[in-house]
Amino acid sequence: MKKPNDIIIRSVTKVAVVIILTFAINLFVSGHHFPGGGFIGGLTFAAAIILLFLSFDIETVRKNIPVDFKVLAGVGVLIAVLTGVGGMVFGEAFLTQAFGYFDLPVFGKTELATAVIFDIGVALAVIGTAITIIMTIGDDR
Amino acid sequence: MTWLHFMILLPFMFALIVPFIYKRLTPRIHTGWFVLFVPFTIFLFLLMYIPKIAKGEVFTSTVNWIPAYNINFTTYLDGLSLVFGLLIAGIGTLVILYSIFYLSKHREALHNFYVYLLLFMGAMLGLVVSDNYFVLYVFWEITSVSSFLLIAYWYERDRSRYGAQKAMLITVFGGLAMLAGLIMLSIMADTTSIRETLANVHLIQNHGLFIPAMILLLLGAFTKSAQFPFSIWLPDAMEAPTPISAYLHSATMVKAGIYLVARLTPIFGGTAEWFWFVVGIGLFTLLYGSFNAVKQTDLKALLAYSTISQLGLIMSLLGIGSAALYKDLGVEEAGLYATAIFAAIFHLVNHSTFKGSLFMVVGIIDHETGTRDLRRLGGLIHLMPVSFTLTVIGGFSMAGLPPFNGFLSKEMFFTAAVNASHMEIFNLPHLGMIIPIIAWVASVFTFIYCMILVFKTFKGKNKAPKLDKAIHEAPIGLLVSPIILGALVILFFFIPNVVSKYLLKPAFASVLPSLAHTVESKKISAFHGFNTELWMTIGVVAVGIILYLLLKKWYKIYRLYPQAITLSNLYNLSLEYMEKLAKSITDFYMTGFLRDYLVYIFGFLIVIIGGSLVLFNGVTFDMSQDSPISFFDIGIVIAMIISSVTVLFSKSRITSIVAVGALGFLVSFFFVLFRAPDLALTQLVVETVTTVLFLLCFYHLPQLKKEISRIRFKAVNAIISIGVGAVVTIVALSANGTHLFDSISSYYEDSYKLAGAKNIVNAILVDFRGIDTMLEILVLTVAGLGVYTLIKVRLVGGDKNEETK
Repeated sequence: MKKPNDIIIRSVTKVAVVIILTFAINLFVSGHHFPGGGFIGGLTFAAAIILLFLSFDIETVRKNIPVDFKVLAGVGVLIAVLTGVGGMVFGEAFLTQAFGYFDLPVFGKTELATAVIFDIGVALAVIGTAITIIMTIGDDR
Repeated sequence: MTWLHFMILLPFMFALIVPFIYKRLTPRIHTGWFVLFVPFTIFLFLLMYIPKIAKGEVFTSTVNWIPAYNINFTTYLDGLSLVFGLLIAGIGTLVILYSIFYLSKHREALHNFYVYLLLFMGAMLGLVVSDNYFVLYVFWEITSVSSFLLIAYWYERDRSRYGAQKAMLITVFGGLAMLAGLIMLSIMADTTSIRETLANVHLIQNHGLFIPAMILLLLGAFTKSAQFPFSIWLPDAMEAPTPISAYLHSATMVKAGIYLVARLTPIFGGTAEWFWFVVGIGLFTLLYGSFNAVKQTDLKALLAYSTISQLGLIMSLLGIGSAALYKDLGVEEAGLYATAIFAAIFHLVNHSTFKGSLFMVVGIIDHETGTRDLRRLGGLIHLMPVSFTLTVIGGFSMAGLPPFNGFLSKEMFFTAAVNASHMEIFNLPHLGMIIPIIAWVASVFTFIYCMILVFKTFKGKNKAPKLDKAIHEAPIGLLVSPIILGALVILFFFIPNVVSKYLLKPAFASVLPSLAHTVESKKISAFHGFNTELWMTIGVVAVGIILYLLLKKWYKIYRLYPQAITLSNLYNLSLEYMEKLAKSITDFYMTGFLRDYLVYIFGFLIVIIGGSLVLFNGVTFDMSQDSPISFFDIGIVIAMIISSVTVLFSKSRITSIVAVGALGFLVSFFFVLFRAPDLALTQLVVETVTTVLFLLCFYHLPQLKKEISRIRFKAVNAIISIGVGAVVTIVALSANGTHLFDSISSYYEDSYKLAGAKNIVNAILVDFRGIDTMLEILVLTVAGLGVYTLIKVRLVGGDKNEETK
């Protein structure tokens, strides 16, 4: 790939990536009650990193985000499977999700659900896979 | 779960830890010492059953495996199973002891050897005690697979790989035939248990599948027991290390076919077809094996052919004995024929002892002199006196001479053959005389090759200077096992009635339960007076000695038969042509041209989906429930049409990618219009990422060129693409127009109560259909790793692949 050497796109990217990442996290968190969720959140997150790839060099990004995305994908799947096993520990069927309402100091009455942990797994798997694929194909020349 | 189950699984479990033992303790302690305790424990365990089984008890117990299909791990230990079990565990112990001294702990991959051996041992034990057809089949195939692995133990040799493949192809072919036969049997008897089938024999014998099932099951038994014409795999299997040849390819695995025939005798026995198949093939194999054994120059090949011939002998005995189940026989006559089954079991035990010891001695000769070639051996009598004695014991027993156990069972074989010639059923009055004649001729050849084995190796001129090593007797460790077996050969001759009472009679009773009383008072004795059988033996010895001395004069007849039309050659040719045919068929459609593959895929899509739509009257349109078409809808559709037409006519790849991307974004607008924000969001992000992906991929591709191709080529493309479009559209519209079930969406409307989530889509994803999502991300990750491996690992591994070529 050509080395993009465009000052405008780089400047815009620096701002935009922060906004996209925030949006991604917002999408993820709001997924329980509003449009969003692990899959979309993860994919948006991946899109932000891909934008970094496009405007900066892959090597630069890799140096600044020293995460092995293949491992990240594996960890995601593992989390998802383990939440399933978690249900079994309490004598329920595999993948039984639980939720409850708790009074937390700052947030007040808050809903906590195991489904969110499962969703984290989904998000990590999606981010890991999407970036692994893009990085592999983009890197090969 | 009983101790018996545990004992069957013990070898499998121990196989798991063998690699660790090997890794830790090599080369300090030979891995075999640890493995030795497995068969020895099993042997002692089975010994405890002898008194109870001799009293006529049987032991069954069931562990559920797949109860829904009536496939359960049911063990059934009776006399027959016990005899086999003792052989497997007993000879297994001796063979492992022998292998400790035979295989060097410094050079050999012992962990592989013992893992395969234990796999085999467990499978073989499982085979002989399984009552369930399908469990029996599973064990049967594991023995084939472990035999394959053991033959190919020295896999860097061409001959080993060839022999392993040959054994695998032939025995697995037979195994699959047997599976079909077992399925037919379970259909006929309406059960998957052998014991229950025996109770339902009347259902089977007049069933239309009776003959097909019989032929298929016999195919399985004949391939496994190396009966003609499937015998060709056994000589090539001799590439395995000698302990394996002694264990699998003479004492145990090749007897699995014998076991199966004996087990099924009460089901199929008494019919003319069974009698002629088993006796005919058995006798022919007996003659073929003994005749061919004489011309072998490799000691192991000689033993391989002799094993083929002895297996044929046992098989024909089982066939003759099956006549006892013929309906209209009197008890006395039936008892007379049934003796053949008794002789079969006796000879089976005897064969395992003398053939096992012979193989081990040949292994010793090979080990000490470095060759098994008869033309290079000779005069070893003074150098290896113990081996000589053992060979005499084994060889003379095999030839049917006293005072060895082979004499007793050989006499019984002659008795059975003579009895068979007097039978008045199955057209025997015309053909009956053939049976004792073939038996006698084959025995003459057996006598000759036994003499070759004993005297060519040990007597004659000492050709030692030609060999590279100084020859001396083998270490005591190698000799222990064959000495034990040799001692049994003699012991069985002197105490046959003890063996008979505790092992043979219970085994007989489990093959022919209805005739068990006929052998109750039977005594085995070495001398019956000067009857036909004894004269036959004397004739065998006399003619055998003359022919052995004149061997050089008539040896020429072996050269008369052209090598080009041997069975083995036929096998090689058919394999070669099969590969050629497969290649030409594959080459016909694997053109290496991407467009052709797409034509196949989409062609099938049109035919299968379109075809089933038409066949099952699936085309129904129901527009009544649709929402009204708005101004926005029309606008978006027009934009979509424009962008898809742009793809077709664009001159550069970038334009196409952008147009395809635009199409995707327009679809997400539709989702917005129909108030599906989750879908719209997902579609938007997916489109973004895939567009980038496209750009990355297409960067590597050459410039888009105008394709100039023939009209026909374009016409096919056009038909296929229009066809796919039409089919998919019709399917979508029909799916909307068909209401086979009530909508299930109302269930999910309670998601806040059920899952604590207001977003139904997300609740479905992570909670209601969580397992779908879990497996989807698993697939996604595997696909990602697949892309990574395809692109990255290719670069690293490139050189390595070149080397192996």
